[in-house]
Amino acid sequence: MANEWLFIGVFLVLAPIFPILAILIPRLIAPRKPNPLKNQTYECGIETVGDTWIQFRVQYYIFALVFLIFDVEAVFLFPWAAALKQLPLFAVLEGVLFIMILVVGLVYAWRKGALEWV
Amino acid sequence: MGDPITMIARWLESQLLGLGLSPVLVTLILAVLGVILIASFVLVMDIFLVWVERKVVARFQDRLGPNRLGPFGLIQPIADVIKLLIKEDITPAGADKFVYNLAPIIALATVLLLWAVIPLAPDLVGSDINVGVLYIVAIGALATLGVIMAGWASNNKYALLGAFRTVAQMVSYEVPMVIALLVPVLLAGSMGLNAIVEAQTPVWFVVVAPVAALLVLLTGIAELGRAPFDLSEAESEIVAGFHIEYTGMKFGLFYAGELLHALTIGALVSTLFLGGWRGPGVEAIPILGVGYFLIKAFFLYWVIMWVKYSMPRIRIDHMLNFNWKFLTPLSLVLLMVTAILDKLLENGPYWVYVTGMLLANLVIIWAVLQLLRSRARVERVRVAEPRPVAAPPGSPASTTTL
Repeated sequence: MANEWLFIGVFLVLAPIFPILAILIPRLIAPRKPNPLKNQTYECGIETVGDTWIQFRVQYYIFALVFLIFDVEAVFLFPWAAALKQLPLFAVLEGVLFIMILVVGLVYAWRKGALEWV
Repeated sequence: MGDPITMIARWLESQLLGLGLSPVLVTLILAVLGVILIASFVLVMDIFLVWVERKVVARFQDRLGPNRLGPFGLIQPIADVIKLLIKEDITPAGADKFVYNLAPIIALATVLLLWAVIPLAPDLVGSDINVGVLYIVAIGALATLGVIMAGWASNNKYALLGAFRTVAQMVSYEVPMVIALLVPVLLAGSMGLNAIVEAQTPVWFVVVAPVAALLVLLTGIAELGRAPFDLSEAESEIVAGFHIEYTGMKFGLFYAGELLHALTIGALVSTLFLGGWRGPGVEAIPILGVGYFLIKAFFLYWVIMWVKYSMPRIRIDHMLNFNWKFLTPLSLVLLMVTAILDKLLENGPYWVYVTGMLLANLVIIWAVLQLLRSRARVERVRVAEPRPVAAPPGSPASTTTL
């Protein structure tokens, strides 16, 4: 079992090397003549106005919150699903009850208008 | 009787141990070799994918596609790679350099990492960890990070808009995907991908859980950010979205990452629902499994391309509504129905189990279609109501109330 995770670890270390190589090779063979005009931010030919890193709308946070609840819930459900074959019917129904509570949460978010993109 | 690659690995292991190296070092060397083997296999396939993509889209659009370099234009992608390598690499002024350079690396590396757990043949799997599905979910979510980092670090308003849209989209579509991924886990009783493939006998899970298969494929396309969900790089709205400021090989990495991710989604769905390496004769000759697996993966890749080149782009509010008010409730209902039915039917004969599951799925599809039809009718009636029309003041139309 430890071998399997060793493999993942080695993969995690080696996987970025391929794209890094692909970025480093052009450093050696590609031309490099930057000038202020070339390095300008692209905006359909006109000069960009104002700061790019602006505040953004709160709607993104609300979606992120709803997402967080459901994703954590799904992580809780993974062991339940994996063990379902050994569980008695009662435990299965308990899992279903847990999902039902989350459905109520979804309905609440829906009725509250948290799922509206305005 | 094993497949040749496993046999070579065993032989190499015994040889290295014979040289007097410590077992830990031998395991490490074999792991490094395995990673290089898988990664180069995937990357070579990636170069080939550029050709497949261009050829197939040409056929969809009644063109010929690349046909000049080599037979059927097969050398075209290699020429593309050389061109990308010798292009000047421009970093826009004001960009966050570290994040800007890290983004394409993450975009490709995370997709490569997904292949660590996908079983290619009965014994041919990088790492058969017992939480394979969870690993796929975790690494798949990381791929989004590359897009967000690229959009944020480019110091470009279009890129930032693309990144914003990606956040909303990925965050939303993750939910039905994870819940739909629970269905094969539940049916197989394991989170390991090889165990899931082995559980798909005598029927594939697509027969027992067709709705879940559709959901995973659909949310997979949304995760990819491919048309009809390509809001993060919508050409007609925000030029190129998150990769607008990238040139040369850095752009190439995003491009390669996207194509490879599409094939990976195909490979994942074929592993979870279409039996992975299963096919006639695989028990006798395990290496055949790689062929079956690739055929299924490329078939699904073709379906993803088919969707991409047939559908118009969806508006962002429609897309989020589709996810939160349709896919998420559907996936939750599907999970509950599957769990209860699986428990109720598990003691009966196998054909009753399969027919029961299939019938339940068909009933769900029918109910969903009915629901959609009635909602669409309500919507049509609402839209058809006469609306106030702008007219010049004093004209008859402006005084009558419609």
